[in-house]
Amino acid sequence: MLVNQFLMLGAVLFCIGVYGVIVRKNAVMVLMSIELILNSVNINLLAFSLRNGSVDGHTFALYVIAVAAAEVGVGLAMVLLMYRNRRSIGLDELSEMKG
Amino acid sequence: MLAAATEMTETVLSSGWFLENAWLIPIIPAISFALIIFFGKRMPKKGSEFGVASMLGALVLSAGAAYQWIQRVNGAEEGAYIAPIIKTWTWWQNDGVSLGIGQHVDGLTVTILIVVAFISSLVQIYSLEYLRGDRRYTHFFASLTLFSAGMLNMVVAENMIQLILGWEIMGLCSFMLIGHWWEEGANSRAALKAFFTTRTGDIGLLTGTAVLYFAANEWTTKTLGVSGFSIRGLSSWALSGDPSSAAITVGAVALFIAAIGKSGQFPLHTWLPDAMAGPTPVSSLLHSSTMVVAGVFLVARVYPVFFEGLNILGSGANFIVIIGGITIVIAALLAFVQTDIKKVLAYSTVSQLGYMMMGLGAGAWLPAVFHIFTHAFFKACLFLGAGSISHSSSHHSFEMKKDMGGLRKFMPITFTTWIISTLALCGVFPFSGFFSKDEIIDNVGYSGYNVFMIVGLAGAFLTAAYMTRATYLTFFGSPRGASAGEHHEEEGHGAHASHDDDAHDSHDTHGHDAHASHGPHESGWLITAPLIILATLALSSGFLNAVPFGHGWENLKKWVEPSAEVINPTGVAYVVGGAGEARVTAIEAGYEKSDCGTKTPVDGVCVAPQLKHAPFKWSKAALSTFIVFAGMLSSWFVCVQLYGRKNKKLVGLTERNKALGAGYKFLLNKYYLDALYENVIVRAIAHPIARGAYWINQNILDGIVNGAGTSAKTVAGWVYRNVDQKLVDGAVNSSGNAAQAAGGSLQPVQSGKVNMYGALLFGSAAIGALILVIINT
Repeated sequence: MLVNQFLMLGAVLFCIGVYGVIVRKNAVMVLMSIELILNSVNINLLAFSLRNGSVDGHTFALYVIAVAAAEVGVGLAMVLLMYRNRRSIGLDELSEMKG
Repeated sequence: MLAAATEMTETVLSSGWFLENAWLIPIIPAISFALIIFFGKRMPKKGSEFGVASMLGALVLSAGAAYQWIQRVNGAEEGAYIAPIIKTWTWWQNDGVSLGIGQHVDGLTVTILIVVAFISSLVQIYSLEYLRGDRRYTHFFASLTLFSAGMLNMVVAENMIQLILGWEIMGLCSFMLIGHWWEEGANSRAALKAFFTTRTGDIGLLTGTAVLYFAANEWTTKTLGVSGFSIRGLSSWALSGDPSSAAITVGAVALFIAAIGKSGQFPLHTWLPDAMAGPTPVSSLLHSSTMVVAGVFLVARVYPVFFEGLNILGSGANFIVIIGGITIVIAALLAFVQTDIKKVLAYSTVSQLGYMMMGLGAGAWLPAVFHIFTHAFFKACLFLGAGSISHSSSHHSFEMKKDMGGLRKFMPITFTTWIISTLALCGVFPFSGFFSKDEIIDNVGYSGYNVFMIVGLAGAFLTAAYMTRATYLTFFGSPRGASAGEHHEEEGHGAHASHDDDAHDSHDTHGHDAHASHGPHESGWLITAPLIILATLALSSGFLNAVPFGHGWENLKKWVEPSAEVINPTGVAYVVGGAGEARVTAIEAGYEKSDCGTKTPVDGVCVAPQLKHAPFKWSKAALSTFIVFAGMLSSWFVCVQLYGRKNKKLVGLTERNKALGAGYKFLLNKYYLDALYENVIVRAIAHPIARGAYWINQNILDGIVNGAGTSAKTVAGWVYRNVDQKLVDGAVNSSGNAAQAAGGSLQPVQSGKVNMYGALLFGSAAIGALILVIINT
């Protein structure tokens, strides 16, 4: 079944994304990993939408894309501010939140 | 019906590889764009080699397609229906709705393909020199190449969605290229203005496409087996008698609003002159010869929709012809008060686009398309000439009054090409503009729009006059400012810093002396070669459709104008009776006898309305030539008196005469349209909302808040004394102690490391998912 392969692709992308979020120290890379995760979800949505022959999944995927765009906007703004204040975007240096 | 068609003697239309694969043409620059973006900076020529090579490749393919199209037409009988080569692949489909992507190649397509690929190639070659050393050299070529990909895609588009795709890519590239030197505030403001103004029109494009789709889809699917987005489907549908007049009128008006925005027609023309803030090659390619004719192309592409929807050739003036006529005159008048040479050319472009629109609105389809063709060459040449002047002689200034003058001695090649293109623009015989512009004016009159013929002639007078003024200020008289060797670079430096710095570096590295020590001089061959090629075409391209010399010279009409025959839906000319007699008689009688556009086809479909063609008369040509020369001479006389000899009567006339002064001020402020848009319309919408919100804030919200505040204060006093001190504090203190203990034990988790938070998040999500799976199975 073709859907299987879509789901496999989605799963692989998801894992790569999670790996990136956990391991990467660069804030931009983390943002990109989050994008990967969101898009792996999109692939799943589209795969099921194709199998069921309905537009719902496509529509939902469009919403996800819009939300992802907004998220990147906010994220990049944060990265920019971080850079402006500290001259670095390394996440490992951000430990003021330490309790 | 089918049997009848197959019985008749069919001439098999020739085709060929280039025609069948015209969809490759936009793909080449698209791939090249990706290459420039990813590898451009590492290449020896910083990515420009990809751009130039892809444009030359696209030009070769376009030329091949044009050649094979001409073969195809020549192989058929005169006036016969030449089926376009249409291909579609499914792009997206779901639930019975499907969008295609593909190609629709006919005479109009190959004409515009040639123009776009040709001008793009020359402008990219020109930019090699003009932008040398620019800090965003690679990105400039990337945007330029992407623009060409978008425009070529729009031209070969098979359906409206594909057309919109190309249209929007062009809009984006226009924005990026106008704001190429965005460090200067004025440039980025101009880019935004261009983007938002065309965007206003684009609303019409989406609306029109949607309206037409829902109105036409049923008919096109049933009759032709194509969707309601298909260009061929829409054209046939418009002439079929099926559309309700409301739907097609709304659709046509909406699409025309898009054309108004993109092609700088009144009242949305205000962005085009400001778009001159971009580098000159951009003005030359996007904002004069190719992108801005996209609106004209859109109207020409689905012409039957406009023909039926707006009742072209019907009684009375229609929307298109009125807008076109207004645009010609107001833009030409504005060109007189500009001191920036590029702005003169920009208003001239707006005015010429008005001619094209007026032609389309009056049923002069072919002359309008022909004017796109010739205008592209001479206007691109004029812009590149202006760029050559600023590059080599006036220290990157475009101010005619301040920094130019007397340049004809220093820049002989630029001067000659400028003069040729100016004569072509003014419409002097035998330059190309004469053949196209006079055809438009002639046909507008012939179709019964007498008022607009006079508007066209007045426009020709004004064109000749303002171009003479610009030529005088630039090339004649005595050198002024930067051209005279004055270096006001120190004070002017701030304004041009972004460009000048780079230009200086490049000049130094290329062995030139510093700017200060060399006066005006001719530009290098990378700049003059495109100028010479374009000027040659400005001189000669008119002979492609030289109506004055008789029928045999009307090649473009033969190759490009779609035949108005009634055909059966499979694309073969439809014949009543099956013997081919009806068709033969129609051909013998001259094919201008078709009923398409005036009557509903009974059997079969029409693809193009039958248009009229004005017979050529030397008397009319003599009249317009006389008008042009009158414009030139009167303008020359005034210029010499005003700028050359400083005639006391003329200098400062606008300050002494109140009426003239008012008119001058009115023009200088561009009819106050910018003020209207920015101060009145934007403010009328934004201000009341802000004011209303403030009033609600002050009176209602604050009142509630204040009232709530005072009553809350009394209650709070009581609560504080009784509940808070005694009951709550006890609970809080004990829970605080408990929380402190719990927090202490959880403290290590709050490491402050973002990555670790992520790991925790996904780890717990994974555990949750596992639990879910276990529960569900």
